[in-house]
Amino acid sequence: MQFFSRISAITFKEFRQLSRDRLTFGMVVMIPLIQLLLFGFAINTNIRNINIGLLDEAQSSASRNIVETVLATQVVNLRETYTSIQQAEAAITAGNVRAVLVIPHNLEQRATNTGSALPLAQWIVDGSDNIVAAALLGLRTMPLTLQPQARAAPAPSFEVVLYFNPERRTPVNIVPGLLAVILTMTMILFTSTAIVREKERGNLELLITTPVRSLELMLGKIIPYILIGLVQMTIILSLGHFVFGVPINGSPVDIVGATLLFIAASLTLGLIISTIAKTQLQAMQMTVFILLPSILLSGFLFPYEGMPQLAKWIAEGLPATHFVRMIRGIVLREATLGDVQSDSWFLIFFTVVGLLIATFKFRKSLD
Amino acid sequence: MTIAIEARGLTRSFGKYIAVNNLDLSIPQGTIYGFLGPNGSGKSTSIRLLTGLLTPDSGSINVLGLTLPRHAEELRKHIGYMTQKFSLFGDLTLEENLTFMARIYGLERKTIKPRIESLFVLYDLVDKRKQLADTLSGGQKQRLALAAATIHQPELLFLDEPTSAVDPENRRDFWEKLFDLSDAGTTILVSTHYMDEAERCHYLAILDAGVKKADDTPQNLMNNMHANVVEVSGAQLRQIKQHLLQTPEVRSVAQQGVQLRVLVNKSVADPITWLREQCPVSLAQHQLALIRPSLEDVFVTSTGKH
Repeated sequence: MQFFSRISAITFKEFRQLSRDRLTFGMVVMIPLIQLLLFGFAINTNIRNINIGLLDEAQSSASRNIVETVLATQVVNLRETYTSIQQAEAAITAGNVRAVLVIPHNLEQRATNTGSALPLAQWIVDGSDNIVAAALLGLRTMPLTLQPQARAAPAPSFEVVLYFNPERRTPVNIVPGLLAVILTMTMILFTSTAIVREKERGNLELLITTPVRSLELMLGKIIPYILIGLVQMTIILSLGHFVFGVPINGSPVDIVGATLLFIAASLTLGLIISTIAKTQLQAMQMTVFILLPSILLSGFLFPYEGMPQLAKWIAEGLPATHFVRMIRGIVLREATLGDVQSDSWFLIFFTVVGLLIATFKFRKSLD
Repeated sequence: MTIAIEARGLTRSFGKYIAVNNLDLSIPQGTIYGFLGPNGSGKSTSIRLLTGLLTPDSGSINVLGLTLPRHAEELRKHIGYMTQKFSLFGDLTLEENLTFMARIYGLERKTIKPRIESLFVLYDLVDKRKQLADTLSGGQKQRLALAAATIHQPELLFLDEPTSAVDPENRRDFWEKLFDLSDAGTTILVSTHYMDEAERCHYLAILDAGVKKADDTPQNLMNNMHANVVEVSGAQLRQIKQHLLQTPEVRSVAQQGVQLRVLVNKSVADPITWLREQCPVSLAQHQLALIRPSLEDVFVTSTGKH
């Protein structure tokens, strides 16, 4: 049949061109490899070793005891000591330390006076970084066994059981999300530039005078990138599993299925860009325009729950948001495609509508 | 005689700029028909209208019995198109390029190899088949593009300034191939701004600013020109030229080495005597002669350029 014959001719040609384009071919493998290693190690929301200063006005064995206990948590790292509050504030302003632990001279009195609600000591925190501040706020209620009989640690109100990631390791959350971000970037960029490049080189002027149909051209162009997307998925998930110990709980069929849906949606987005952009530079700019919200709003870095309603609406329109949800569910929580049905349907809907728009917009004429 | 291309009142503008203005065409099958005109005269736009790549604002087009733009898709199976710029894939080998085009045109799988083979022989590219298209010379690229445009043996071939990037010898070889194709029954529409190329066409339409100024065989165009050509040789040619350009009867004056080529309107009965009277500088020492017009003269008189 001519339809499939023409599609395969285009696909074959794309592969040939790709195999001669060493840089792009290398990027297919190197982008997921390097970015995963980099971000897998670099992104960590469990903060440790925050630099702090100490202003110990008590200078007693009890105060030294408190400092030792705080340092033993390894959340903070003592870097400087001060003799006045002015020095301490100056150090925070200068950025030398993130926080200062101030132990007042009446520490003993505060500790022994069981009736008083006065805290033992004070943290002065550089609150400009939320995540660092939150880590220090976590120290607020840490139990201090200064005088065990006087201040017994209160029993917690709740017991919390953490499913799926009990050690709260960040890579477990980051790696599946990175799959979404890397696929968004490479799939959209590759397809959009692949067609715009032919526009720039004049190949398209020749192609549109041939009997090839728009849909054939579009499909023939995206098939190679579907395979590339699957290669990248394999690299990311196996590296995530073997290097970062991310559990792969879901079934491979569901993982590949969800990934294929997302690849299809991203590729059609790339095709739409390619019908609008006139140069490869424009195509790249538009890709970044999609990529940034895909990183920041998709739930990859910041929880969806924390976003205002408007941002949620924007996020819902991005394929990456749905895929982040799906792939985390499947990989970590052993969900099936059926469990994440609504996200699957969105990606299918997105792909079909996108493909129609791209085919409609890519008219075989120069008008 | 069957008509391959028929167009009536074809007009197309881009914004306020009228690229093609009320063009009538009737191109017989099996001929080589040329569009001659300066850059921006509407040659490329006309070709794009006749291939269905552009929709006309008004007018009717019938190509190979198909009405455009309605049947543009059907027409594409029967035409070949060679773009002005080389538009095959530079990062594919010659063989891969032609195989790709053959499959796009839906050639049967087992006929592809022999067809490509015969094209390589015909266009003298046999030993280049494994080379990337980007590494070819201008003339070789031209031949490859022609091979690709004719791979499905189209009845009608559109060539948009096909030899603007090749040397004269390659151009002559290229035209030999075109005559072979024409001899085999292919209708060829070619646009050019080279006189020697235009002269080879069976029929010629001279376009200027989107308007067809003349339309005939090159020979008839030269014979029926509205001006006589006088060749003036002697001294002080620059001054004579400056002066002659002021007179309305003189259509154009062009210096060619030690001679001036003066186009004088046919309304002047005896151009040589008239020229001698016109000139303030004495032309007594100069030699004046009536000569046979060239296609360039036709072009200049038709387009009104000096």
